[in-house]
Parts: sequence; C-alpha cells; structure tokens
Amino acid sequence: MLTKKVKNRILFLTLFITILVVFIFYLAKILNNNLLFFKTPSDLIENQNIKIGKSIRLGGMVKKNSIVATSDEIKFIITDFKNEIIVSYKGAVPNLFLEEKGVVAEGFLKDKKYFIANRVLAKHDENYMPPELKEVIKNAK
Amino acid sequence: MLNLVSPSNIYFILEKIIKFINSIFFLILLISLTFALILSPPDYLQGDSVRIMYVHVPSAWIALACYTSIAFLSILNFIFKIKNFFLINKSIAPIGLLFTCLAVVTGSIWGQPTWGTWWEWDARLTSMLVLMFFYIGYILAIKTIKNESFAIKISSIIAIVGMINIPIIKYSVDWWNTLHQPASIRLTGSSSIHTSMLMPLLLMLLVLLLYSALIFLMKYKTEIIRMKKKNIKRL
Repeated sequence: MLTKKVKNRILFLTLFITILVVFIFYLAKILNNNLLFFKTPSDLIENQNIKIGKSIRLGGMVKKNSIVATSDEIKFIITDFKNEIIVSYKGAVPNLFLEEKGVVAEGFLKDKKYFIANRVLAKHDENYMPPELKEVIKNAK
Repeated sequence: MLNLVSPSNIYFILEKIIKFINSIFFLILLISLTFALILSPPDYLQGDSVRIMYVHVPSAWIALACYTSIAFLSILNFIFKIKNFFLINKSIAPIGLLFTCLAVVTGSIWGQPTWGTWWEWDARLTSMLVLMFFYIGYILAIKTIKNESFAIKISSIIAIVGMINIPIIKYSVDWWNTLHQPASIRLTGSSSIHTSMLMPLLLMLLVLLLYSALIFLMKYKTEIIRMKKKNIKRL
C-alpha cells in the first residue's frame, strides 16, 4: 500500500505542515502584543514604554463600591487585583457593566493612574446560571 | 469492507438513513426548542439573551468539526488519492460555511446587548472570521476550477493551510486577553454552566447535528448521482 509515490507525498505534507506551524507560531509570537485585545492595569503601570495620551484598551474588573455616577460622567476603578487605574467615562454603559464584573475601556491614559475612556464594553465571564441559584450562592456567602 | 463504502452500494444505505433522520428530526427539534425557549431559566445577568447561546455554541462547534473533518479528509485524499473523500468534502463544506456564518451572526446579535458592541477585532472573533474566509475560498476553489484534479489539489491546499486556524480559534481565549469569554464547558474539570442550561444546549447540539447530517447525506447523494450521470463507473 505504501508505494514510493505515497511515501513521497507523506514526506512532502509533513514538511509543509511543519513549516507552516513554525511560521504561524513565530508570527503569533511577533504579533503577540497586538493580539491582546486589552491591557491590564499591571501591564500599563509596570511598562515604562506606554505613552500617555496614546489610544489603548484597558481591561480588568470593576472594583467593588468604586462606581461613582454624576450627572454627565461615570467614574470607576479598573483593577486586576494587583494594580488599579481610575477610569472616567462620559456616556451610556452596557447592561452588563456592574461591580466585580469584567470590563474593557477604550481610550487613553491622562497620567499613570488616570484613564479617560471613549467607550466602555462589558466583558461577560463564562458562568451561566439561573437567578435563583445566584441568590442561593449569595446567601451562602 | 471496501465494497460497502463504494458509492454505488452506499447509495441505498444513504436513502435509509435520510428517511430515518427525517422521521425523528421534527420531534427532537420541537422538544429541544421547548427546552431552549420556554423551560430553561434566564441567566442571572444576561436575562433572556442567554437563549442565543443555545444556537451560537453548537453552531460554532459544528463549524469547527466540519472544518477539521474537511482538513483531515483532504490530507488523506492528498496522500492516497481516494476520490470519494473529495465528494464527501464537497458535501460538508456548505454546511460548515452555514454554521460559521450562523455562529458569527448570532454572536454579533448577542454581543450588542451584553458587551455593548456588534463587532470587535478580538482574537476569537477575528479567527472565526478567518475560518469563514477559508470556507469561502474552499468552496470557490471547488466551484470555479473546471479541471477536476486541479480543483482537488487547490482545495486540499486551502483546507490544509486553514487547519492551523482551528487550534487558534479553540485556544485564542486562553492564550490572549479577549473580549470573548473563555469556554464554559470543559471536557476535564467542572463546567461553569448550570445543568438546567447545559441540557437545552446539548439538545440543540443534537438537533443541529441531525440537521447537518441530513443536509450532508442529501448533498452526498446528489454528488453520487452526478458522478453516475457522467458515466464513471469506477472511482
């Protein structure tokens, strides 16, 4: 069954796929920074190269009890449980924007600790459960 | 054994399977839709928009599964030159494209109320779009190239190159920060989706699988008839 022709084709294909995988792997590695949809507060604070005023996306958790809404502005703190950044945003937030939930803010840094957002997206987590169960978990805590 | 899978014999078996699926399909569809739309609870955060997931997730799975099988059969076809595999691939490809589009569109509809955006260039969404282009390229290669052996070659290459994209789609949410949430259902470890929602999800998966099997078998049958019309007795 394995004639010489077939063996050649297998060899060719294995080589082809290996080269392709290696190529894609390095491409992904080079592009790694651009493939990140958002940066965490730690990325921004620990990285010295981040330019203030440059357009970026910042993601993390909304800190508990940090949302302050005034008439034309909403302020909250994005945290990754190591570092945190204050975000200020003018506009409507999505339905799932809540405390202790994921969020991605698009905008720029005003200074190291202060972020001005043009757009706020809610990031949903992978937990799905009925409302009654949530109550049960809440009460158990 | 080889006789059994030769297109002339398999024709009658196909007929029987198609009839069988037809007889049970609508019953299972009705049961699953009742579970997905009425009996399952709304989510504690998203409310009723969680029901989009019952179509979105199975569609994405089937789209990936279709592509994986196309790529796998393309490799075998490339090595052993079994033309039957090409006929099978030809029949699978439109189903895969359909479900890829369905996954992207339902995801977009779900993203608007929950994330607050229709589309974002995050890794999962973009890689899914790339998958769609690979499907379109694959189908176009089959449809537009008149010389059949050349069409097989080109489409196989497209399928094999696109295979690299499959693990990228699967693990994009683990490797990079994405807006898209990580997988809720894991083969190992506990799933973070409640049983009352997992049930309709699996039922919908069954329905969509049956649907794709039906379409696949019907298309495959047509391909065999087309072969016979060309008076090619042997593959």
